Amino acid sequence: MAKFHVTATVNGEEVEYLCDPQQTMLDVLRDELNLTGTKEGCSSGDCGACSVILDGRLVCSCLALGAELDGAKIETIEGMAEGDELHPLQQKFLEEAALQCGFCTPGFLVAAKNLLERNPDPTETEVRYWLAGNLCRCTGYDKIIRSVLDVAAEMRGS
Amino acid sequence: MYEFDYHTPQTIDDARALLSGRDDPKLLAGGQTLLPTMKQRLAAPSDLIDLRKVTGLDGITGAGDTLRIGAMVRHAAVAASDEVRQAIPALAALAGGIGDPLVRHRGTLGGSIANNDPSADYPAGCLALAATISTDRREIGADEFFLGMFETALEEDEIITGVAFPVPRKAGYAKFPNPASRYAMVGVFVAQTGNAVRVAVTGAGPGVFRVPAMETALASDFSAQAIADISVPSDGLLEDLHGSAEYRANLVTVMAKRAVQSAL
Repeated sequence: MAKFHVTATVNGEEVEYLCDPQQTMLDVLRDELNLTGTKEGCSSGDCGACSVILDGRLVCSCLALGAELDGAKIETIEGMAEGDELHPLQQKFLEEAALQCGFCTPGFLVAAKNLLERNPDPTETEVRYWLAGNLCRCTGYDKIIRSVLDVAAEMRGS
Repeated sequence: MYEFDYHTPQTIDDARALLSGRDDPKLLAGGQTLLPTMKQRLAAPSDLIDLRKVTGLDGITGAGDTLRIGAMVRHAAVAASDEVRQAIPALAALAGGIGDPLVRHRGTLGGSIANNDPSADYPAGCLALAATISTDRREIGADEFFLGMFETALEEDEIITGVAFPVPRKAGYAKFPNPASRYAMVGVFVAQTGNAVRVAVTGAGPGVFRVPAMETALASDFSAQAIADISVPSDGLLEDLHGSAEYRANLVTVMAKRAVQSAL
């Protein structure tokens, strides 16, 4: 079966890859582009560990195909920090211990970043509603929600 | 996933041509159900024909008493659309309550109703609003479209192009979501158009269905009180680890009352 030749922009850099039709966007990110920050949790669209931003929209990379990304603009967890400087959400998650095992954390960070880009002043309900597709089995969510609200307030202030 | 060929036609005609003469082709219209199903190897299509580049399947247009939504319009776009929110706010609210943001950014109206999951939200909205489903070859009324569990009136190679919703005087949707999946344990859409009222229930049975007794009661008195004593029999309703048939039957009345209240 012929492979697909795809050119896309990932975290601001143009990438090229070959993939089979049955490789998901997650497979391509991890196995072809070596961007292993995006995690595979359930692989069925339930847990949000594989969250990425595709053309500005938060999606499960496990439920998109690698072959459909020609010309797409993709943002992953690897694009959040600038060099050694963490994104404010990353910094706050560390300070507030908004993670335990950490497996869901890249998904939460990407989802929260996408939320704050669309809505810099979300209510707690809006944060919870937005993060409904990201599951965390460790924290009980409270520290995550608080961290996102704190960062939103700080980013509005600066 | 088993191997398959992947196609991205640009026109309806090309998509239809790709559907013919292949072993087991499937249309891809968002993929939030089809791709997990393929991963679980419950589906193994020979070909995936992705409709996302096909022209004419996008867009939301209001023309007088009708709101038309293209088959490939994603749930998040329906939820955020000013036109939908003004014409049929209950439909925007329904779309905004499907799954989670990740699903709503990919899933489409056409994909949802073609799949006709017995717990999906859109079938209730389509049936209660007496929507008309347009395909590449004909128009199908919602009453004829939804046939049963994962079954529709669509031919094997028929492609949904859009759905036309008559704008109601009042409409409301209330669902009791499964807390994990956000699929409807029971969802009830109530719509008053002219002097008639239609009540459609999803999640409770093997397919979306109407409740004539509630429709009659609401036509003469559009209030939650009017249907407080009307219940549906539990015979034949879904029964699983999330709830018994009796529990779902009870939820139908509770959700119908809430839907009416939200429509007032």
